[in-house]
Amino acid sequence: MSFGRGGATTAQWDLANSDCIVIQGSNFAECHPVGFRFVMEARERGATVIHVDPRFTRTSACADLYAPIRPGTDIAFLGGLINYVLEHEKYFKEYVTHYTNAATLITEEYKDSEDLGGIFSGFHEDEHAYYTESWSYEGESMPRAAQHKKARTGETFAERVTRTTQAPPPRDETLTHPRCVFQILKRHFARYTPELVEQICGTPADVFRQVAEAITSNSGRDRTTAFCYAVGWTQHTVGVQLIRTCAILQLLLGNIGRPGGGILALRGHAAIQGSTDTPTLYNLLPGYMEVPLESEPTLDDYLAEYTAEGGWWHNFPKYIVSLLKSWYGDAATQENEFAYQYLPKLHEQTDYSYYPMMFGMVDRQIEGLFVMGENFAVGGPASILERQALRSLKWCVVRDPVHVETADFWDMDGVDPASVETEVIYMPAAWAAEKSGSLTNTQRLLQWHDQAVDPPGDCRSETWFMYHLGRRLKELYAGSAEERDQPLLKLTWDYPVEEALEEPRALAVLQEMNGYRLADHTLLSGYKDLQDNGGTSCGNWIYSGVTPAADANLAAARQPDRAGAFSNHQHWGFAWPNNRRILYNRCSADQDGRPWSERKRLIWWDAQAAEGKGQWVGYDVPDFELHKAPQQPPDTQGAGMAALSGADPFIMHADGKGWLFVPHALRDGPLPVHYEPVESPMPNLLYPNYPHNPTAVFFERPDNPYNGAGNPEYPYVITTYRLTEHHTSGAMSRWNTWLAELQPALFAEIDLQLAAEKRLQTGDWVTVSTARGAVEARAMVTARMRPLIINGRTIHVVGMPYHWGPGGVVTGDIVNDLIGVVLDPNVRIHEAKAFTCNLRKGRKGQKDGAHGAENNEVATRTRVDLHAELPEGGIINRFGSEGAEMLHRTSLAER
Amino acid sequence: MANGFFTDTTLCIGCKACEVACKEWNQLPAENYHLSGMSYDNTVALSATTWRHVAFIEQIGNGSHATAATDGANRPGAQAVSESIRQQPGPQVRSGDGLLGEHRWLMMSDVCKHCTNAGCLDACPTGALIRNEFGDVYVQPDICNGCGYCVPACPFGVIDLQQADGRVWKCTLCFDRQKEGLTPACAKACPTQSILFGDLAELRARAEKRVGMLHARGITGAYLYGGPDEHTSVGPLNAFFLLVDEPHVYNLPVNPQLPQSKVLPAYLATALTATFFGVATLYTLLAGRRWSKNPLSAGFPLRGMREKTMRWGVRRNRA
Amino acid sequence: MAGFPTRAANGRAGFFRSHVGFIPNPISKRSQRLTPRITDANVAVSVCPYCGVGCSQLVYHKDGRIIDIEGNPESPINAGHLCPKGAATYQLVNNPDRPTSVQYRAPHSNHWETRSLDWAMDRIAQLIKTTRDATFQLTNDQGVRINRCEAIGHIGGATLDNEENYLILKLWRALGIVHITNQARI
Repeated sequence: MSFGRGGATTAQWDLANSDCIVIQGSNFAECHPVGFRFVMEARERGATVIHVDPRFTRTSACADLYAPIRPGTDIAFLGGLINYVLEHEKYFKEYVTHYTNAATLITEEYKDSEDLGGIFSGFHEDEHAYYTESWSYEGESMPRAAQHKKARTGETFAERVTRTTQAPPPRDETLTHPRCVFQILKRHFARYTPELVEQICGTPADVFRQVAEAITSNSGRDRTTAFCYAVGWTQHTVGVQLIRTCAILQLLLGNIGRPGGGILALRGHAAIQGSTDTPTLYNLLPGYMEVPLESEPTLDDYLAEYTAEGGWWHNFPKYIVSLLKSWYGDAATQENEFAYQYLPKLHEQTDYSYYPMMFGMVDRQIEGLFVMGENFAVGGPASILERQALRSLKWCVVRDPVHVETADFWDMDGVDPASVETEVIYMPAAWAAEKSGSLTNTQRLLQWHDQAVDPPGDCRSETWFMYHLGRRLKELYAGSAEERDQPLLKLTWDYPVEEALEEPRALAVLQEMNGYRLADHTLLSGYKDLQDNGGTSCGNWIYSGVTPAADANLAAARQPDRAGAFSNHQHWGFAWPNNRRILYNRCSADQDGRPWSERKRLIWWDAQAAEGKGQWVGYDVPDFELHKAPQQPPDTQGAGMAALSGADPFIMHADGKGWLFVPHALRDGPLPVHYEPVESPMPNLLYPNYPHNPTAVFFERPDNPYNGAGNPEYPYVITTYRLTEHHTSGAMSRWNTWLAELQPALFAEIDLQLAAEKRLQTGDWVTVSTARGAVEARAMVTARMRPLIINGRTIHVVGMPYHWGPGGVVTGDIVNDLIGVVLDPNVRIHEAKAFTCNLRKGRKGQKDGAHGAENNEVATRTRVDLHAELPEGGIINRFGSEGAEMLHRTSLAER
Repeated sequence: MANGFFTDTTLCIGCKACEVACKEWNQLPAENYHLSGMSYDNTVALSATTWRHVAFIEQIGNGSHATAATDGANRPGAQAVSESIRQQPGPQVRSGDGLLGEHRWLMMSDVCKHCTNAGCLDACPTGALIRNEFGDVYVQPDICNGCGYCVPACPFGVIDLQQADGRVWKCTLCFDRQKEGLTPACAKACPTQSILFGDLAELRARAEKRVGMLHARGITGAYLYGGPDEHTSVGPLNAFFLLVDEPHVYNLPVNPQLPQSKVLPAYLATALTATFFGVATLYTLLAGRRWSKNPLSAGFPLRGMREKTMRWGVRRNRA
Repeated sequence: MAGFPTRAANGRAGFFRSHVGFIPNPISKRSQRLTPRITDANVAVSVCPYCGVGCSQLVYHKDGRIIDIEGNPESPINAGHLCPKGAATYQLVNNPDRPTSVQYRAPHSNHWETRSLDWAMDRIAQLIKTTRDATFQLTNDQGVRINRCEAIGHIGGATLDNEENYLILKLWRALGIVHITNQARI
């Protein structure tokens, strides 16, 4: 949103070049241990590592500085840092002036939350929503897209783009005009002092100052600071604004697009980046293009909506037309709008996202469901509801390599299976090692995995399943003349299959995404070759270039660089877009194209290169037009990239600037504001009238009760998280004996003071409850959890990992049963990292403290089965494995 | 020169990759599913089926880490710590390299030490325990008969009898992998190179340098456990450690000793006693010869005994 | 066992072994011949299926069976290292609890039944057709073509390959399915 693309701006290995690394909203060492090696490397080279977290974790143990914080108050903390930077004039002046919209003037109609006591101008109380006209650049016309899309989510990459009309918006490069973004920002954050941070976050002011000092002294021409976050920042009703706050801070410090800088989003699944790039999401088409709306009845309407006049999105028609060509082939012609009418169109006012869908299931509006590789009956938030949703279906297909709880919902929660109508088909799936394909990791890097063996029995890949299902459906509908069946019948669906299992060739699918020139069916070398006249076909424009030739698969490129300071491993995998490793890397050079410093050199302008034409050169693929000189002025009459000058590094934005102030596109304001979590024990110190995000999405239903704010029945703050030893819902770890034994049981981490109050010792049973439900766990009493003093009040934080369920080798209660559904308005992510709970001694169904004596035994279900995880017949005889032998009791006599 | 492990606890992030990689390579079963209550450590100790074990020591809250260390705040009786926390609720947060200051969560991956003077090896009556060509102590499972003599002979409590199969097992330092120049599984997996594998001389040099570096960074408590200067009877350890607190904090013996080092005085006492009785017997025999001149004495049996003794002696000489 | 020396014969060597420790006990034939089990195995380069770091793995296999999975030292991301989950990938593929056949639970039933893959594929195609044909919306009130099948939903994708996600979204969109979501939203 602040920069223009939805993905980590940097590569994991680049962290080793940082001078300071702030880990906040992430338990990096525990959740991404191998990525954390770059943090350790930086630390060993002298970088300062800071961990800001409610819990003292394994990450804190490795940090130079640990700052405790109350869950859900990160905006106050980061806002405090912004204020510190502005107040002490620690910002990177040249970077801020030239590369951000700090100098841009905002309309007179704009009113800040500071003026209106917690809301921005344009708020409509009855709709809990903003009309965003007043958040515009001066003299700028309002994009239509933003005017009527209140019900839709603003995805980071595909946000509405600014339309500049004729002249660029007025700027004041002295940064003194009262309506310039810089001055607005200064006023907006002026109250976020270290003392206020202490009062809201519970972080001692002197510790906060140490953090501020560390990041400001490690940013600038010669030094860079990186921020790392994960779902500790996203699972909030203010998740998007939280990340925005960090983006503002990093822009002010000049840390975007430079070595050792950036904001690294740490993603929790092998393909979570890939599954948003190639989106199994309701509102997106491949490459962050929006699914059409009913209000866009024709292709022209749709193109008019999303094609920007300035910046990269000017190319939008090329991408969508090429996508339609790849899906509908010869059936997509200029005459029939390239089969635009075959795409489903969404209703503007209907929310099709995860939770409305779940409620739709509960309310029996949805009959059938496919679940692929997601154990959401345990790992989904509000999991009681999710299981109820499953029981309300007519049919359900669960595909997973593990027999997960999501397939067993009809026999859980004490319900009588006879009362559950749902027809369930469980299909065993294949693991990565049993199929070929590509996975996109947290740094946007596509990496190919080769198949080692065939999957056993009837286990199959999703490629196999989808291909053969599509084939059968086409047969089933064959001959239909119904208009509604044409999108299926005309769909291109020819993939070569391999060998006995008839597995479709995954590479052929990747090549379809890469794209072809239709005239001669040659593969494209990148998205620059795409056309908007139907001459090219491309299934996912941002992946274009990954297979530039029939015998070239860059996702399978495996040539690492030899160690070097700015090694970006251009020949290891393929990073979208265009194999670029660090995004916005034009920022690594000053406005004249020179590196800001020798130490932080990445790309720069070489006027002699390309036979005197001049070219951007360096250690990465330039994120800029290769031959556009830094001094080149914008062509104000031009369209697309021509409208940007040679010193406008954020090419995805129409104005080419990094956005400190987001003119529109966000649903909850152009600037971040501290709001309390919806379920918080504390009032909002800054804006008493607006305790929580006024645009948060609630679902007021009897099956989704809320604890309420400041409710004395739920006095403790609770946060949920992962452990190194397990993976999300436990599907990939609870059935795995080596992992199960390392963390065998659900526990609740409790500070010493609360434990003393509740007469708890480690190992005692505790029951943790919310309005939604209750779970029992073993107490883990530890000084790593600490009571926080918030505005004079002691607040206890309870921590619970959420990996357990009734299946597998080790079992436990489902922690997500505690969570209610209340969402961020922008991306519809729920609030699982900060809510409230009650806690008492004893098991569920027991009275407080009853049978305490019995509970001291620390033991969970035990299953010692020596042969459990061993292949039959033993591998010792074939492979001479050490130790395996002991399990097969090979006697001395046999030898 | 031998190969060994250098485990640098200042780089350990407590991920337990070493434990799992070891079990994967050596195909060891999971042992039990007990929540120990000892911080994040549920493996608790090395055993016949756990050859790498990560210890977690919480030293948080009340300053003096040496004392806080052994009694992690999570044990029963943590009320005393609780009191001190209550008195000073303002958190002290400087964790300095994860090593300095008030807050430390120490993590250490423990393993068989492959001692220079290995008690287990000495105690083995069957020859199952060997020192292999890489200088490491290895149990040959085809020889081991499960007598278990080695178990109490290990001063570190590493080697363990597997009840299900009746033999002893411990870290092999991936003997099989080393045969083809592969890095042992734990060292290969370790994401932060807290576990290093290699030639001992190189590792020791590297470790000494590391200690110096840490001292220069102000982590003055860093030292090598089982390093080349070890003066205990087990000698320098082939698997040695860089620690930042007393050995006992990590559940390591402060002064590991071979059981046989205590055998020596006993052996001398026995020898002395034997000499005394031998001399006494000889004296008796010699005196008896004189006495045998007395026809009344019982000469026959004695003379027969002497002949027998001499025959035995001759045979022994021949052998 | 031939050549197995008695302890008595060790004599002085035994003393040295005990007290100095550098003279080995006899090495058994097994110990002499020991090799790592991946000797002569085939190897495939793969990616760890757990988190988003993207560690490269080497999957050793022999006779159609995976015998070992470890880190790929060539990778600039993991340089051969793995976390405990990555190191446990072996047990994902070789697990006695792993199901290998299609299981069917009929409405109101209290048990699973094993079914063939072919049966399941046919059944699923039928279920889709029945639900879709009964609920499909071709146009809205204004006559705008909308192609929506709102009665079928999809969950999952963040553990799947890009190619799999692509085929899922391509076919589901063609059928008009709009309730599509994955872990990126939770």
